[in-house]
Amino acid sequence: MWRSQEGNKNSNPVVGSDTPFENVVHFETLPRKKGQGGSPFPKRIHSVIRCRTRLQRAYGPDNIIPSCVACENKTENPENKVCVGGGVCPGCAATMPVTSQLFRSLPRARLWGPSLLPCQPQVPCCPLSNQRASSWPPAFPKRGYRRSPGLQSYNLSPPQVNSILKANEYSFKVPEFDGKNVSTVMGFDSNQLPANAPIEDRRSAATCLQTRGMLLGVFDGHAGCACAQALSERLFYYIAMSLMPHETLCELETAVEAGRALSPILQWHKHPNDYFTREAQTLYFNSLRTYWQELIDLSSPGESLGPREALLTAFKRLDSDLSLEAQVGDTNSFLHHWVLRVAFSGATACVAHIDGNDLYIANTGDGRAVLGVQEEDGSFSVHTLSNDHNAQNEKEVARIQGEHPPSERSTVVRQDRLLGLLMPFRAFGDVKFKWSIDLQRAVLESGPDQLHENEHTKFIPPNYHTPPYLTAEPEITHHRLRPQDRFLVLGTDGLWETLHRQEVVRIVGEYLTGVHQRQPLTVGGYHVTLGQMHGLLAERKARASLVFQDQNAATHLIRHAVGNNEFGAIDHETLSKMLSLPEELARMYRDDITIIITQFNPHVIGHQRQGEKS
Amino acid sequence: MRSSCVRGSMVLSPALLPRLLTHAARWGTSGTRLGGCKGLWSSPRGLALAGETAQPVPLPSQARVVICGGGIVGTSVAYHLAKLGWTEIVLLEQGRLGAGTTRLCAGIVSVAKPISIECKMADYSNSLYERLEEETGVKTGYVKTGSLCLAQNQDRFLSLKRLASRLKVMGIACNVIKPKDVSKLHPLVNIHDLVGALHLPGDAVVSSPDVNHALATAAASHGVQIYERTTVNRVMLDKGHVTAVETDRGAIECEYFVNCAGQWAYELGQASETKVSVPLHGCEHFYLLSKPPAEPLQPTTPVVMDMDGRIYVRAWQGGILSGGFEKNPKPIFTEGRNQLEIQNMQEDWDHFEPMLTALLRRMPELEACEIHQLVNCPESFTPDMRCLMGESPGAHGYFVLAGMNASGLTFAGGAGKYLAEWMTYGYPTANVWPLDIKRFGNLQSSRTFLRHRVMEVMPLLYNLKVPRWDFQTGRQLRTSPLYDRLDTQGARWMEKHGFERAKYFVPAGKDLLSLDASKTFYKPDWFDIVGAEVKCCKEAVCVIDMSSFTKFEVTSSDDQALELLQYLCANDLDVPVGHIVHTGMLNERGGYENDCSVVRIKKNSFFIISPTDQQVHCWSWLKKHMPKDPNLHLEDVSWKYTALNLIGPRAMDVLGELSYVSMTPEHFPSLFCKEMSVGYANGIRVMSMTHTGEPGFMLYIPIEYALHVYNEVMSVGQKYGIRNAGYYALRSLRIEKFFAFWGQDLDPFTTPLECGREFRVKFDTDIDFLGRASLLQQRQEGVSRRFIMLVLEDHDTELDLWPWWGEPIYRNGELCGTTTSSAYSYTLERHVCLGFVSPPSLDGTPATVTPDFINRGDYEVDIAGQRYPAKAKLYPFSSLFAQQRRRKDNMELSNFQGK
Repeated sequence: MWRSQEGNKNSNPVVGSDTPFENVVHFETLPRKKGQGGSPFPKRIHSVIRCRTRLQRAYGPDNIIPSCVACENKTENPENKVCVGGGVCPGCAATMPVTSQLFRSLPRARLWGPSLLPCQPQVPCCPLSNQRASSWPPAFPKRGYRRSPGLQSYNLSPPQVNSILKANEYSFKVPEFDGKNVSTVMGFDSNQLPANAPIEDRRSAATCLQTRGMLLGVFDGHAGCACAQALSERLFYYIAMSLMPHETLCELETAVEAGRALSPILQWHKHPNDYFTREAQTLYFNSLRTYWQELIDLSSPGESLGPREALLTAFKRLDSDLSLEAQVGDTNSFLHHWVLRVAFSGATACVAHIDGNDLYIANTGDGRAVLGVQEEDGSFSVHTLSNDHNAQNEKEVARIQGEHPPSERSTVVRQDRLLGLLMPFRAFGDVKFKWSIDLQRAVLESGPDQLHENEHTKFIPPNYHTPPYLTAEPEITHHRLRPQDRFLVLGTDGLWETLHRQEVVRIVGEYLTGVHQRQPLTVGGYHVTLGQMHGLLAERKARASLVFQDQNAATHLIRHAVGNNEFGAIDHETLSKMLSLPEELARMYRDDITIIITQFNPHVIGHQRQGEKS
Repeated sequence: MRSSCVRGSMVLSPALLPRLLTHAARWGTSGTRLGGCKGLWSSPRGLALAGETAQPVPLPSQARVVICGGGIVGTSVAYHLAKLGWTEIVLLEQGRLGAGTTRLCAGIVSVAKPISIECKMADYSNSLYERLEEETGVKTGYVKTGSLCLAQNQDRFLSLKRLASRLKVMGIACNVIKPKDVSKLHPLVNIHDLVGALHLPGDAVVSSPDVNHALATAAASHGVQIYERTTVNRVMLDKGHVTAVETDRGAIECEYFVNCAGQWAYELGQASETKVSVPLHGCEHFYLLSKPPAEPLQPTTPVVMDMDGRIYVRAWQGGILSGGFEKNPKPIFTEGRNQLEIQNMQEDWDHFEPMLTALLRRMPELEACEIHQLVNCPESFTPDMRCLMGESPGAHGYFVLAGMNASGLTFAGGAGKYLAEWMTYGYPTANVWPLDIKRFGNLQSSRTFLRHRVMEVMPLLYNLKVPRWDFQTGRQLRTSPLYDRLDTQGARWMEKHGFERAKYFVPAGKDLLSLDASKTFYKPDWFDIVGAEVKCCKEAVCVIDMSSFTKFEVTSSDDQALELLQYLCANDLDVPVGHIVHTGMLNERGGYENDCSVVRIKKNSFFIISPTDQQVHCWSWLKKHMPKDPNLHLEDVSWKYTALNLIGPRAMDVLGELSYVSMTPEHFPSLFCKEMSVGYANGIRVMSMTHTGEPGFMLYIPIEYALHVYNEVMSVGQKYGIRNAGYYALRSLRIEKFFAFWGQDLDPFTTPLECGREFRVKFDTDIDFLGRASLLQQRQEGVSRRFIMLVLEDHDTELDLWPWWGEPIYRNGELCGTTTSSAYSYTLERHVCLGFVSPPSLDGTPATVTPDFINRGDYEVDIAGQRYPAKAKLYPFSSLFAQQRRRKDNMELSNFQGK
């Protein structure tokens, strides 16, 4: 079966992101037999198929290797043993998500080899993988799963499920003044669910203190979390700077020169698990200062960039700073290592800037921002505010093909990937797709030893002729908020590949309004037996009761994303299975999911709009 | 089987033709049927009305009785009135006959009802429906299927056994059976989780629209005029009497009006000139109809009532009909949306889910059975789960019969009969006080209260009802000013007529008693707490807040007040000022309408203290008999006084200290009332009675002094060991002394002679009073039933079931009566039951009770099927009374002893 799937892959092109489950739908719509999963296959196999389909989409059908990265710390696993079925190096245990910690006691086989630097999941023929490709035939994963039935039968209790889902949840309410909330934003709920260990997604939320507005962003890292981490700390400062008028920038510079304390620029809204890289703060600050000095030089008094311009500049500037810092290096070997990790890993960013009724989305990569719009009948519809930068976006394909000579037309996008490797077509970092071959070699050779030792950093993407192939330039969308715009969902692709955006908006809308807009059931002229009706009602009841379990809309959405069964209802069994996967398997079934749901205040929006009109 | 539960139309009877003609004309087929039927109809009235005009027949300008509501209740009242010989009866229906709840009724007639009068009504309805088909020729779909009440747990089984023993007293057949017998009677029932069941072979199913139709046909044949599509807008009153009814098709003058408007009775009541409070509220009620399973059910398959699963199931056209009373009912029409006819309301499957689950658990084989329909049928519920019957207190001639609590079909026959009797004879032939609309007043008429309360009442229908259950919703409506003080001291509350009364006080050290732990048929968890309170009453002094009592004042310029009360009360009230007289207010038959204490405050001013729930009933009784005299004045002063009961031997010390007046029996004899000061507060009415037979005082305190007096009493009482006590202690003290409660033991069919209160009747004077003739006659003939006290022997308080009420009493193995109330006597360390016994009648004539009958005989009380020997007593234990009998006349007890 595994084989046949592979055989079909070419005649079965990966479908658009709007139909996330097209490939598996034919299994899921099969009549559900009582006491038997839902497909003719045992549930376990069914899941494997589903997972495989997801991975095919994520990494291209050829590139699936059962590689799972438990940790990036090579030294903790000196023998580089390749293993599967569980196993965590002690150094990672501390930062491991709850999921993994729950299962540390599970019997485990061997740990699949960790690889330190660039793009290890999506590199099909990197030296490490190549080396092992012979010893691990592609059919291995399936057999491997079959051999470990114990993993599948492990069940979580509802409180355990909740503690996993709620571990990273965070809510922020915009404070009210004088009993009134004058902001168009009421607050936001955010949450993350790791699949990678450690998680490669990052999120940020902050209020601009020198200018108006609120910034929210989700960052999906690949080839490690370093780049996403750097974005989560730095990008908003770059945006805030870009937005500042000339005078404020000058004040800032004077203060720094005089050694005075800076007035804060951002007020962060952080979950305790969202951390800052303390060691790099000076480096970051210096780069930032250079940036604002340039901004001061370039602008004249009374001037400031518009939000669109500001976002664009900030994105591009930060990416070039990342690149520059890696080229320059640092005398501190840890920092030197760090900046290289940042530059050689990559991350997409989807950032929202909300100021009054103006909503700007800046998107780089395959994160997505959608608006939940409440129709007059109370139902919710979707207004998409960003375009995915991946192979499903024809414009992007055309853009990339247009930027390179016609001779590369067939190689620049292969198997729906950039150069056959990278899923997102725009990203921060990923200097392997940006620098010239010479530059890459030069930088790596001058780099720290441990970097040098790692063979696959030397790997250059195939058909690499006319770099850069990748840009961090965002696509910017502006939207004037209307009273019917109720909430904004920012999510990484982990969310969008499991739930259709229409479904996302419906789930969030129903959660936020507290109204379960399920259609009243009617039997009508159909032949329904009492047993069938009973089953259906039980499903609906379970679904309704879960709404009240979550205090956080993002948690609720993740619960649906992970736990939905074929009826679109949350099924504890599915949820429990998905969450109890050992971390080295989790990535096969789902991606990291990061969600920020911002709720708007329709009264303020309406009021402001009226004020503008008159 | 013709049972049709959801059809809107029915076979048309010619008697109903004229009104239906316009609608019938639309149905091509029924037109031909009409022609055929007309010839068969012989009643001249029916023919007279059957004009072939398309115009509706004009309404008569006058009638004797106008009944509003053409559902099963309205037609039953019409039928029974006609049977009792009434003429000029007009029945008005806003839509079509039986278009309301009747149309959707599940059609089950079951005698499994919580109180005896309801069982009686159900039993009568059953026999009525059985013979109706023969009487009228209209098919009613009557099938005597029997019914099975299932018990999933021991407590439910106990309550079924208790029901069985009550039904046996009434002569209704029933069997307590084992689970495996259930499966013999019903093919589908899953018996694995059952502990037992009650089989009621007499229960039946009918098609309620057809019964409705049959009753209407029979009524029409007796001359009742039925008008459909006629809406009653208003009921006109003059000087408190019904004079006319205003409809959308003109007015009808009438003497009597009967509100049988079901769902709309509340609004109709509000629409009369003087508002009539009909406290009921609608809830959605769901039941499921299925198509026949592979092997269709026989029409005779018994009805199943799985109260623990909250469902009922009957056979319906080979399939099943199953509904239930869910925990979370959906109240409707709170805003009083007056709709002409009940719309077909939404099915709500999600709401029905728990009941479907219960059904499939009970009958797993039904899983494969196909759904026919989920029916949503509004039912009306009342604040206490009993229907509303009788004449409204404020409007003479305005009768109500509504609020059937989802048992409309079961009760309609019996209730219609009782109401017809009520209108004919002034009172029904059975005690219907638990159903009397006068148990409610305006205070239960708030829409919010009703909405909240019915949400509790509907699930309560199938809840396990343990002794002393209280309503939890609609509470804290009326409270004494001391409520908060008592609450912080650990009071646990019960409610009577909206008034919060303390049951007992949980001592500070003791952890909260959970409500559930009190819910038992055995020894409750408050046993020791109440025991301590009783002990304190006996040995020191206790305070009970008894403010809930109904208090009236009758005053007059001359002696009209005395005259009125002498006529209404059995006891002699011409006593010196300051004396208290215990007396009954009797009806013509000599039965108790009220049991009260009357204080002669001034020469022409009387203070009447009645039970709490008498507020409306007693008021209307007094008003009804009061002559129209501007100088005679009746006032309800219940709200003006807070009543504190100081019970115990040290009460006189406490009061003495607070008032600097000697309170010893020498200076303040029993049954005496004085206005005096207590603490700083003046004008406190202090009465030397406690309603318990213990020494002590009742203080009637003007409400603003209540907190002060209470504080003073508590602080002075400290050294005498004063403590709070509640009504459970009071009850124990009363019952061990053989005191009867009105409403429980005494009812309008009980005379003072039957309960040993002859000494409270002024036989020795020439003064006429209501009921005197009947009493004299009864004294002549001897009583055929007697109130006795039974002290349970060989009953283990710890382990055995406790008596409650309604337990059968056996004498020498023969059934001879039932208990009416019971309590544990901490002094006797025995259970005491009070109840009535009557000797077996000899050749039809009732035999009189002789002392030998009481004293010589082995008595037993049957508690849920188990009989406990009991010692029967005609008189209380004199040892229980403290030696304080000072006054010569009216001594509470000496006459008992002297008899």
